[in-house]
Amino acid sequence: MALLTTRKLEAFYGDFQALFGIDFEIERGEIVAVIGANGAGKSTFLKTVCGLLKASREAVSFDDEPIGGLQPGRIVQRGIAMVPEGRRLFPSLSVEENLLMGAYAKRSGPWNLEAVYDLFPILKEKRSDPSSALSGGQQQMVAIGRALMSNPRLLICDEISLGLAPIVVKEIYNALPRVCAGGLTVIVVEQDVGMAQLVSSRLYCMQEGRVTLSGPSGDLTREQISQAYFGV
Amino acid sequence: MLGWIDTIVQGVLLGGLYAMFAMGQSLIFGVMRLTNTAHGDFIILAAFGAFSLALAVGLPPAAAPWLALGLMLPIAFAAGYGLQRVVLNRTLGRDPLPSLVVTFGLAIVIQNLLQEIYSADPRSIESGGLNTASVSLGGGLAVGTLPLLIFVIAVAMAIGMQLLFDRTPIGRAFRAVSDDKDAAELMGLDHRHVYALATGIAFLLVAVAGTLHGMKTTVSPADGPALLLYAFEAVIIGGMGSFYGTLAGGIILGVTQAIGFRFDPGWGIWFGHIVFLAMLVFRPSGLFPKTR
Repeated sequence: MALLTTRKLEAFYGDFQALFGIDFEIERGEIVAVIGANGAGKSTFLKTVCGLLKASREAVSFDDEPIGGLQPGRIVQRGIAMVPEGRRLFPSLSVEENLLMGAYAKRSGPWNLEAVYDLFPILKEKRSDPSSALSGGQQQMVAIGRALMSNPRLLICDEISLGLAPIVVKEIYNALPRVCAGGLTVIVVEQDVGMAQLVSSRLYCMQEGRVTLSGPSGDLTREQISQAYFGV
Repeated sequence: MLGWIDTIVQGVLLGGLYAMFAMGQSLIFGVMRLTNTAHGDFIILAAFGAFSLALAVGLPPAAAPWLALGLMLPIAFAAGYGLQRVVLNRTLGRDPLPSLVVTFGLAIVIQNLLQEIYSADPRSIESGGLNTASVSLGGGLAVGTLPLLIFVIAVAMAIGMQLLFDRTPIGRAFRAVSDDKDAAELMGLDHRHVYALATGIAFLLVAVAGTLHGMKTTVSPADGPALLLYAFEAVIIGGMGSFYGTLAGGIILGVTQAIGFRFDPGWGIWFGHIVFLAMLVFRPSGLFPKTR
């Protein structure tokens, strides 16, 4: 049973059309990767799912209910949380306050401060520091923890490896199995194709606002992906 | 020597009143970068509101203003919330001009409305002698009871607002939407509601400031812009986003004005502006800036 489905999803920035009929599906408990070059529409796709960009009501359905174009707050309350590109922490809030902001939707579940500190122990040490004083990797941990604090059913990670050292990226992705242990469904958006294939069971490749390839991550060949990624 | 001490003390107390004027402005600007050019007029509106309510409640003058203020607080909060939700939220955006124009228009409407209802005569809220009572500090120094009370309330306001901002969930929400409105939205925060709460709280402060100002001195419908100027100067001198800074800014402004007045009765306001301009030149982010 699909948890999230989009059908012929379109999105616009003013008059500029950024998505041209995206059909996407993710099952409960699945990890699906979305890859594509800069400007392929990955972030636009996520923003539309989260309600930051308008969409027609029927184009996005979550748990069999149409949610396209709802206020972002409503969508969080239904259980979709996003780790936004560039982390977007609140600089004037401490680490702990940033995490608490994630709990604003007041959904119940396994995630609370305790559980997040358990997952990323370094954050407990730095709980009172301003979030802007942390390293990039630590900030990414805060961003992930903040999203988990809303006890989502679907977690969306937008380019969490961007601008981080490979060893830090590995550390963060190592936490993923523990995050998913409770049956969480995850969409990862990545520019790092290898990493995307490694962590996901299926992947979608986007190019110029369209899905150009989709299938089981392990079965797709390098040639297929590079064809879908660059269009050459 | 005593004369100078007296000048400083009176200046500090006057600064308490200015800080009180500025506190609501500081909150609104800190949370949503909105410059409310009608801020002074809202203070005057509150003073006239308290004036009429105090007459209407029919209590002895020593009690009437306080009951009037108590009655006005919920009205002020609702008015602030509604104004932000219905009008001001629509003016916010990357361009600061719409909010400036709309609040400037509101200022004109309020001034003319008050003039229509109350005429241009100055009025004062009867306080049963509180406005002329004084407390002796010894050594021939005395301070007015009401100015002292205003100062104490201003300090309490600054502490209360800073605690609200730093320690409570609503303060956390204020800082979060101020930092990054879209990211806050992703957490499930409705920024329109948070902004409206901020303006509602700011209007509570405005109601208190207006009532006390009306008790301390006379008010007339065209007084608002001058108060706006003092409020602005206090916020800028103190630094954006810090309520202690706003308190300090108000006190600095009050003391400078008092010193100026001591040199020449025509120099007080001018001295205040000089310090403000010097601040803009030498330390444009203010004394204790919290936000950039």
